Amino acid sequence: MVRYIAKRVLLSVFTLWLVATITFALMFMVPGGPFLAEKTPSAATLEALNQKYGLDQPKIVQYRNYMVKFIQGDMGVSLKQRGRTVSQIISTGFKVSAKIGGLSILIAVLIGVPLGCIAALNRGKWLDNVIIVVATCGIAVPSFVVATILMIIFSVKLGILPTYGLTSWQHYLMPVAALAFYPTAYISRLMRSSMLEVLGQDYMRTARAKGLSQFWMLFKHALRNAILPVVTYLGPLIAYTLTGSFVVEKIFTIPGLGNAFISSILNRDYTMIMGTTIFLAALIILMNLVVDVAYKIIDPRIKLK
Amino acid sequence: MSELLLNIQNERLSFFTPAGEVKALNDISIQMYEGDVLGIVGESGSGKSVTAYSIMQLLPHTGRIIGGTIDFNGHRINDMTEQNMRKIRGNEVSIIFQDPMTSLNPVYTIGNQICEVIKLHTNKNKKQALERAEELLSLVGINEPRKRLKQYPHELSGGMRQRVMIAIALACEPKLLIADEPTTALDVTIQAQILELMIDLKEQLGMSIIMITHDLGIVANMCQKIAVMYAGKIVEYGPVDEIFYNPQHEYTKGLLRSIPKLSEKEHNRLVPIEGTPVDMLNPPKGCPFAPRCDSCMKICLREMPQYTTINDGHLSACWLLQKKEFMQGGEEN
Repeated sequence: MVRYIAKRVLLSVFTLWLVATITFALMFMVPGGPFLAEKTPSAATLEALNQKYGLDQPKIVQYRNYMVKFIQGDMGVSLKQRGRTVSQIISTGFKVSAKIGGLSILIAVLIGVPLGCIAALNRGKWLDNVIIVVATCGIAVPSFVVATILMIIFSVKLGILPTYGLTSWQHYLMPVAALAFYPTAYISRLMRSSMLEVLGQDYMRTARAKGLSQFWMLFKHALRNAILPVVTYLGPLIAYTLTGSFVVEKIFTIPGLGNAFISSILNRDYTMIMGTTIFLAALIILMNLVVDVAYKIIDPRIKLK
Repeated sequence: MSELLLNIQNERLSFFTPAGEVKALNDISIQMYEGDVLGIVGESGSGKSVTAYSIMQLLPHTGRIIGGTIDFNGHRINDMTEQNMRKIRGNEVSIIFQDPMTSLNPVYTIGNQICEVIKLHTNKNKKQALERAEELLSLVGINEPRKRLKQYPHELSGGMRQRVMIAIALACEPKLLIADEPTTALDVTIQAQILELMIDLKEQLGMSIIMITHDLGIVANMCQKIAVMYAGKIVEYGPVDEIFYNPQHEYTKGLLRSIPKLSEKEHNRLVPIEGTPVDMLNPPKGCPFAPRCDSCMKICLREMPQYTTINDGHLSACWLLQKKEFMQGGEEN
């Protein structure tokens, strides 16, 4: 197990390098630059700025300089947000996004898994149909629609929830709900289908023949086998959700990482683009590793090689 | 005289499917005394497993008992609630399934799965349950039982897994063990070992066994009584010697003809039973075997024959026997 994890970590260093290199190349293929605004600065100012940030050097030298600094743990300063380093921006943004994202995933699992189980146990009955319809809607409706509808109901009509900011617990309700909607629906559908498959397995019949109650059959014998597809889905979901959703953050004016990610691209904030991309890639790689290890713990038949 | 353990009287059971009612069991009657070994033979879909499962109420919810009674060990099974049924399952009656490869939960250790049933039906604590589990594993002939307790099903061979299933079934010393084709999924050498083990255990523990199989060889070795089933009906019932040496029903005769014999000459072909099994959605009106029977008479297609008693405890439902009886009666008069 330890050897396996060490191997995966080593491999992920290579993956990250690849991600960084490709991002670097793509970034400069996009026309424009960080200092071009509506009011174009004078040629002399532009030259001075480019020189200051080393953007006047050949791309290959810039690449080398970035990599050397990155290895030393320095992701540079933001080209757009003067005076703030990339690591500062990422860490403050991530704290906000992770809080909202983490809560919404927690809710998605806590609601999605039981809903899926209930649907599977009532297969073909009205409760199952209701859950399927709701879950299908949840997958079909994008988060900005959910967010807008929530705002109309709770802020505009009822006036009980604030529309922007993150200063009290009430502020969290709507963004978390909007973010949790899709994964809840997705998890309940996944859970339903895998639960149906497990319920038809021979070992469930054995469990019944032992005299176990339905509760224990479900919780001990079925759930652990049926949860694997959900775990697979959770890995990348956690990575994406923790790093924030641009749409939801924009709607509720939350200073999260999702916002910073998208605006860095729009602004051609080269160091920020690199920093956020590598951060997201690292998180995805980490979550995939966690999922694989979790697999092994849940199902002993799986061999980690 | 040993006690009556299982008494099934005129059980009728149907599956209510979208395609219609499937009459899976029609007037099944079985009596078993303590220590009896009963073989139920018949082809696929004849209702062997359904009969056994209905004793444990293990059928899917589409299957309902619509007539008759099942009494087991002092319980009227028909009237029992699911909650009370749970106290019997795995405790007073347990079952071994056909496919040991899929009958154990892949994510729990052998020890966990054996202890589960012990803790469920007895007051033993975790440590005592583990001791009992180890004892059971050595009872069913598994070497290094202590080590096996910590292993997962996928680490054991098919034969070993079936032994584990037997250990689980025997954990609470049931009065009745149902073996639903316990060797069908195993290869021949392992089959013999598992059967030998079951015979041994029966002698050691004195429980009753219902052996469901389509292998007549197994039945001959193990059972005292045989019920031959066809299309949800017991067509012949009797002691093993009677069935093998004095078969009366045409279906039983056909089954026996289709067993390969070592003594036969090489070029003698096996005699199969021609035709296909009955469509249970539209069973024929008379004797279900009539369409495939070589000696089919007019009445066979119209009415179901009653049982004729041939010898003590040997019953068969065939018009030929009724006719013979009638003719004999006629001669006497």
